[in-house]
Amino acid sequence: MPDVMPLAAPGTSSPAPAARAAASGGQSIRLAGVTKTWGATTAVDNIDLDVPAGSFTVLLGPSGCGKSTTLRMIAGLEPIASGQLLFGVRDVTRLPAAQRDISMVFQSYALFPHLSVAENITFGLKVRRVSRAERDARLKRVAALLGLSGLIHRKPSELSGGQQQRVALGRAIIAERPICLMDEPLSNLDAKLRHEMRVEIRALQQQLGFTMVYVTHDQVEAITMADQVVLMNSGRIEQVASPREIYARPASPFAARFIGTPPMNILDLDAMTGGMATGLLLGIRPEAVERASADRPATLSGTVSAIEFLGADTLVDCTVGTQTLQLRLAGGADIERGELLALHLPQHELHLFDAATGLRQDHRLHEIGPLLRL
Amino acid sequence: MTARLLQTREWIHGWLLVLPAMVFLFAFTHIPAIATIWHSFFSTPRGRRPSRFIGVENYEKMLADPVFWKVLGNNLWFALGTIPTSVAIALVMALWVNDRLSGRSFVRMAYFTPTVLPLIAVANIWLFFYTPGFGLFDQITGALFGWPQSNLLGSPASALNAVIVVTVWKEAGFFMIFYLAALQSIPVSLREAALIEGASRWTIFWRITFPLLMPTTLFVSINAVINSFRLIDHIFLLTDGGPDYASTVLLFYIYETAFEYWETGYGATLTVALLFMMALLAIGQFFFLDRRIHYK
Repeated sequence: MPDVMPLAAPGTSSPAPAARAAASGGQSIRLAGVTKTWGATTAVDNIDLDVPAGSFTVLLGPSGCGKSTTLRMIAGLEPIASGQLLFGVRDVTRLPAAQRDISMVFQSYALFPHLSVAENITFGLKVRRVSRAERDARLKRVAALLGLSGLIHRKPSELSGGQQQRVALGRAIIAERPICLMDEPLSNLDAKLRHEMRVEIRALQQQLGFTMVYVTHDQVEAITMADQVVLMNSGRIEQVASPREIYARPASPFAARFIGTPPMNILDLDAMTGGMATGLLLGIRPEAVERASADRPATLSGTVSAIEFLGADTLVDCTVGTQTLQLRLAGGADIERGELLALHLPQHELHLFDAATGLRQDHRLHEIGPLLRL
Repeated sequence: MTARLLQTREWIHGWLLVLPAMVFLFAFTHIPAIATIWHSFFSTPRGRRPSRFIGVENYEKMLADPVFWKVLGNNLWFALGTIPTSVAIALVMALWVNDRLSGRSFVRMAYFTPTVLPLIAVANIWLFFYTPGFGLFDQITGALFGWPQSNLLGSPASALNAVIVVTVWKEAGFFMIFYLAALQSIPVSLREAALIEGASRWTIFWRITFPLLMPTTLFVSINAVINSFRLIDHIFLLTDGGPDYASTVLLFYIYETAFEYWETGYGATLTVALLFMMALLAIGQFFFLDRRIHYK
């Protein structure tokens, strides 16, 4: 049996659970002014968030930003200090985890080591006294769906990392709960398997129709899987948007630098214009910077300080005044270190942020156009 | 040819490496055990009468000895009284101090204190508790319920039970440390996963925690069984085996026979009986329990 069996492959997907879940559907989640404090430190600071029913929402952010704490509050594993949590119209703020009717996949998978794959997957059904016949029928379906049919009598220690991950997924989906939470489920897998599981989890969610809240620090996971990305930073929500929008219109310099590799260039306009535009930051993605040509007039020039050849394209670091601007050029550009490059920054690719508040200043973009042509 | 030489050398090295351990194992375990079995077939040497081979006469004597049977019964009662109770109390205490509670380290230390104290000191403390009239128990029961003074250690009906209580008190804290270590090695996420699946505290304990503690339970219960045959120091101080052998266990009887009455031949026979029972228990435990235990 192959280690990974794509769900989309014909014959592996059984229509029954899909139809069933679609009928029950996902449930929306609403956080209103939710706060979590540990003694004097505030882990999650008064956040408001709407997760539409049946959507795939990713909580994204650097470690320590409060995304896992937020997820654990939704799960009921951490008490909510203040604020309100709603599933659909049901207030679950004070409801214990066991009564929230959710499922969860843990970073460590949290499989019960002394129980077989079958017992692990049906643990929740057994706890809830589902009949044996029903349990067996559901187990069969889920095992087939996840390509675990031949492994159900094994112990978790006899499985590979990818298979263990699948068992954890099986345990999460068998009860067909309206909400599924995942806490960095792919971080223990190697890069290749991670890519495959990403596709698979997304397909599973769409097929079964539950609401997914997924925590990760990996922006690639967020961009590829999410309907809605919730970017968090030091206990607050930085931006809530679709992957496309968060890339195209980041709400703050933090969002701009967190999404996309390499990160967006953020330049201090103060220094570049000699004090003519104060308190503004200019952002431009490395892939948006172009070399100047006849029809693309030079906006500024910089000295090449480093070149990194990546195969399909090349990363070039330029020194502009006292700042560094990175650009991504297609192919193996014929550039040498120390060369003076004339660069064109397309007007529609520019992002302007207030240095103090971090807010976008789109309405002032026209002001800085002339300044840059100095 | 050289390959063979090399093999021989490796073989010699191997034996040299195990030699120190083997010397001690043989000198202090195997040879005494065999010597004991050997001596059990001989009479006790006395004065001008050297010991002579008497076959199974010692064993016949043992089977006919009412004290032997009484002591064996005592030992069984002692084991039944101490093992389940001390293991259960240890588990409950470990679950208790594993939770987040204020003053946790103080409670842990308090539970472990009986283990650190020498058994002789422990026996002295309890001797005071049990003292008729002004002992702790009599003072409490006298003040609260107006009960007359009791002599727990001095009456045949209660002497062994009084010794059992001391043993449980002494052992539970020691076993708790093992349970505590095992509990802390169980990932918190297992409990959380079970909680999310809707399991109650009770279900989590019986379906997750307890099965994962089974290796510890086996280890602890084997130790408890061995101790129930081995721990006799406090009996010397508390009751000296009395009254009328009421609190004598097998090892105490062996000591008395061999080193107080100098009946070494019969002592050897009783020791063989003890060894035989211990071997049976150990084998039984490993074969019956081992199969049903999950090891990581």
